[in-house]
Amino acid sequence: MKVGVVTFPGSLDDVDARRAVGLGGHEAVALWHGDADLRGVDAVVLPGGFSYGDYLRCGAISRFAPVMGEVLVAAQRGMPVLGICNGFQVLCESHLLPGALIRNDHQRFVCRDQRLRMERVDTPWTSAYDAGQEVTIVLKNGEGGYVADAATLDRIEGEGQVVARYVDLNPNGSLRDIAGVSNARGNVVGLMPHPEHSVEALTGSGTDGLGFFTSLAAAAFA
Amino acid sequence: MPKVVVDVMPKPEILDPQGKAVLGALPRLGFTGVTEVRQGKRFELEVDGEVTDEVRARVEQLAATLLSNPVIESYVVHVAGEEPVDPAGAAGAAGAGS
Repeated sequence: MKVGVVTFPGSLDDVDARRAVGLGGHEAVALWHGDADLRGVDAVVLPGGFSYGDYLRCGAISRFAPVMGEVLVAAQRGMPVLGICNGFQVLCESHLLPGALIRNDHQRFVCRDQRLRMERVDTPWTSAYDAGQEVTIVLKNGEGGYVADAATLDRIEGEGQVVARYVDLNPNGSLRDIAGVSNARGNVVGLMPHPEHSVEALTGSGTDGLGFFTSLAAAAFA
Repeated sequence: MPKVVVDVMPKPEILDPQGKAVLGALPRLGFTGVTEVRQGKRFELEVDGEVTDEVRARVEQLAATLLSNPVIESYVVHVAGEEPVDPAGAAGAAGAGS
């Protein structure tokens, strides 16, 4: 599959995300925030970083980038879209995903190998995992606290839209330990930890993140 | 140039870590008697020409789409130099966007 990775001004992990896409067995295509063009890709990754310097609110300005108009239309038609960290914030600001991400409750940036429990595994990004499987994926964020009103939280839990939850320790004050969510259909997934950093034994805490990038192949042939 | 002001605040039920940090610093500076701090944002928009109802409506739209996130924040719009409209009513109007 051709997987586009968007670069916004201030994106940090776009190169790592493209590398992870390749390790997952796909062709990575660089997409530019200023071009309203998805270049024929089959899926899109919005990478981590500090787009527009996190000015206004994280992801708030990127949400109106020309490329995002195309991503919104494609996502609503069912194209797989994965937002990692800042990408997750962009997807929440776009209202493609429920809730929002606010400053960590303890006010400090956090960087750690984070234990997660995978919950929704019928999405194009998570089908390589088993429901309930515990994995370790790198986490690094300053504004990773997932929040939504109680009714929204009840609804997304009831409809199985929680993709992953923090285990052992809640690193940022996220409500109900939520680390990642999906839209109702499951094609749009946002995750605060960074699976693209957990794809090679040489440089990380293992390869548990690779499943996010190998899942797409299974989705394509399903 | 007339100025339109948009005040954005975190909704009451949303944790405000920045406000909490400020609150925590107050006793260290000798300020007592403050029981709560909520930190928001103020935008001052200079507009070309008169602030008509149409201009005000466009600012409201801007406030609801870019300047605030209705999931976690509410906003109030007023023209600088004029009294802000009843905040309760305005918060209700902002809430309609959520």
